[in-house]
Amino acid sequence: MAYSKPKFEEKYGNFINGKFVAPVGGAYFDNTSPIDNTLIAKYPRSQKEDVDLAVAAANAAKDAWGNTSATERAKLLNKVADIIEANLEEFALVETCDNGKPIRETLNADIPLTIDHWRYFAAVIRAEESSMAELDAHTVSINLKEPLGVVAQIIPWNFPLLMLSWKLPPALAAGNCVILKPAEQTPSSATLLMEKIADVFPPGVLNVVHGFGPEAGKPLASHSGVNKVAFTGETTTGQLIMQYASKNLNPVTMELGGKSPNIFFNSVMDHDDAFLDKCIEGAVLFAFNQGEVCTCPSRLLVQEDIYDAFMERVVARTKAIIQANPYDTSTMVGAQASNDQYEKILSYMKIGREEGVKILAGGEACKLEGDLANGFYIQPTIMEGHNKMRVFQEEIFGPVVAVCKFKDEAEAIAIANDTLYGLGAGVWSRDAHQLYQVPRAIKAGRVWVNCYHAYPAHAPFGGYKKSGFGRENHLMMMNHYRQTKNMLISYDKNKLGFF
Amino acid sequence: MNHQRVAITAKAIQVLNQLKEKHGDLIFHQSGGCCDGSSPMILEKGEMYLDDSDVLLGQLDGVNYYMNQDQFDYWKHTHLTVDITVGRGSSFSLEIPLGVRFIIHSRLLTPEEDEVLNKR
Repeated sequence: MAYSKPKFEEKYGNFINGKFVAPVGGAYFDNTSPIDNTLIAKYPRSQKEDVDLAVAAANAAKDAWGNTSATERAKLLNKVADIIEANLEEFALVETCDNGKPIRETLNADIPLTIDHWRYFAAVIRAEESSMAELDAHTVSINLKEPLGVVAQIIPWNFPLLMLSWKLPPALAAGNCVILKPAEQTPSSATLLMEKIADVFPPGVLNVVHGFGPEAGKPLASHSGVNKVAFTGETTTGQLIMQYASKNLNPVTMELGGKSPNIFFNSVMDHDDAFLDKCIEGAVLFAFNQGEVCTCPSRLLVQEDIYDAFMERVVARTKAIIQANPYDTSTMVGAQASNDQYEKILSYMKIGREEGVKILAGGEACKLEGDLANGFYIQPTIMEGHNKMRVFQEEIFGPVVAVCKFKDEAEAIAIANDTLYGLGAGVWSRDAHQLYQVPRAIKAGRVWVNCYHAYPAHAPFGGYKKSGFGRENHLMMMNHYRQTKNMLISYDKNKLGFF
Repeated sequence: MNHQRVAITAKAIQVLNQLKEKHGDLIFHQSGGCCDGSSPMILEKGEMYLDDSDVLLGQLDGVNYYMNQDQFDYWKHTHLTVDITVGRGSSFSLEIPLGVRFIIHSRLLTPEEDEVLNKR
């Protein structure tokens, strides 16, 4: 089935204090679709003045919102989930248009997961309780969780609505007001969501400000009226945001990507069965979402005694990937999100070749025809080499995997951990001992065992090492958006006796 | 022979000059990680806290190019050329509002360059 480009207004506003408003300075930027490099719509090129309005609205709303009951907050989060679900196809289509990812992913992954994250946090706040301890016969300590107040969230363009839905629900559920800045490459689905849920939250609770990083992102991240900043992106901006936060003595959470190893031990080929078929797919998941995933399994580690036989099947499966019009439900790999990403990926292929990799599949841009000729398509690519090469060490953020052999468990673990990052990893084996011990030895926040690229709510997700800190998708994220009020109560009628 | 780790294209210098006029002194900092990572970021000088863990790779038209030491360990055998391309990056890099993005083209250092830059 083939969809086509959805209809948009000529331009959109920021969503501040419960309504859409034009940017103060009146400037807009053109947002284009990477599918065919055509205009989608104009979005506000916001400046500090726009951020100030949003921060003021959030601060005005925070006391009332922070005091709403968990029942009420949960009801509203569920309402958002219901609205997205009722408009699933429309959200999927807008997301595909803006990001370039295939419609079958947005229909079956991005939007259904989005819905579930809102429902998960609605459920969490109905079930959790504060804690209390009786310290002695006369003294009681009560720990209550209170919201931080106003939270700034800066999200990336690879899963625009899903990243929004990793960030907003825990912050709102915890009783905070939020100013969200979507990535400037992908402002559309956040705008569509604000249109659909404009009346759900009280004005000021949820604000969306569009614009460029240096003009809108920086004033937001450094604003003294904000109590916490959550960021997903790259390391330089991450460091800058932490610097700004240090001026305000604000907490931050960071998700900064990785270079995730996906390790296949020889036992996976003990039988030619459904599990081996799952393993082959697991190795090819590097191409999922055009490789634009922070946890892209972009380093493939295969035990040497099965290497040739295993890779033969991985290469064949990779070559069978359908790369075509992203609006077609049979398309598996779509467009990269922007021209600069496209150019960056091609430049990595070049340095890979210079460093001496052997190209087992792909290795070039993918030229599609007709309107798509102006889009940004890259062939799923497998490069064989060794772990010291730059293509093994840097996040390419494209459908590119770097593969190498390993001899034994010890070498697999050494290679897996020889990286600056520690976000994700995959371990595949039929050996029950390996399935526990190898994940324990890998320095990463998420190790998928006999699976990969699953992101369910209720499983905490976050980084080790330079991949950041904070654990999203889980109730523990709530505590990154709250502070603890300890009430220390004496039930003793007698004085201390000091004075 | 004066060997360098970094170079810049004429097109990229034009953008650099535009940014200098608007923002004053600048630095490049090599980013890593997710999304717009693995790209150079151009920032106002003094904007980013730099210390001994940031390696100065060289100077491009008066603009210092820095990279974190542990990243440098994996990059030091390569030569980088800063170029400019049409694009809509995110991040706080100052060229983004212009609708262009600095990118890097890399090549291996020649044995002679490697000798001079990494072994002496």
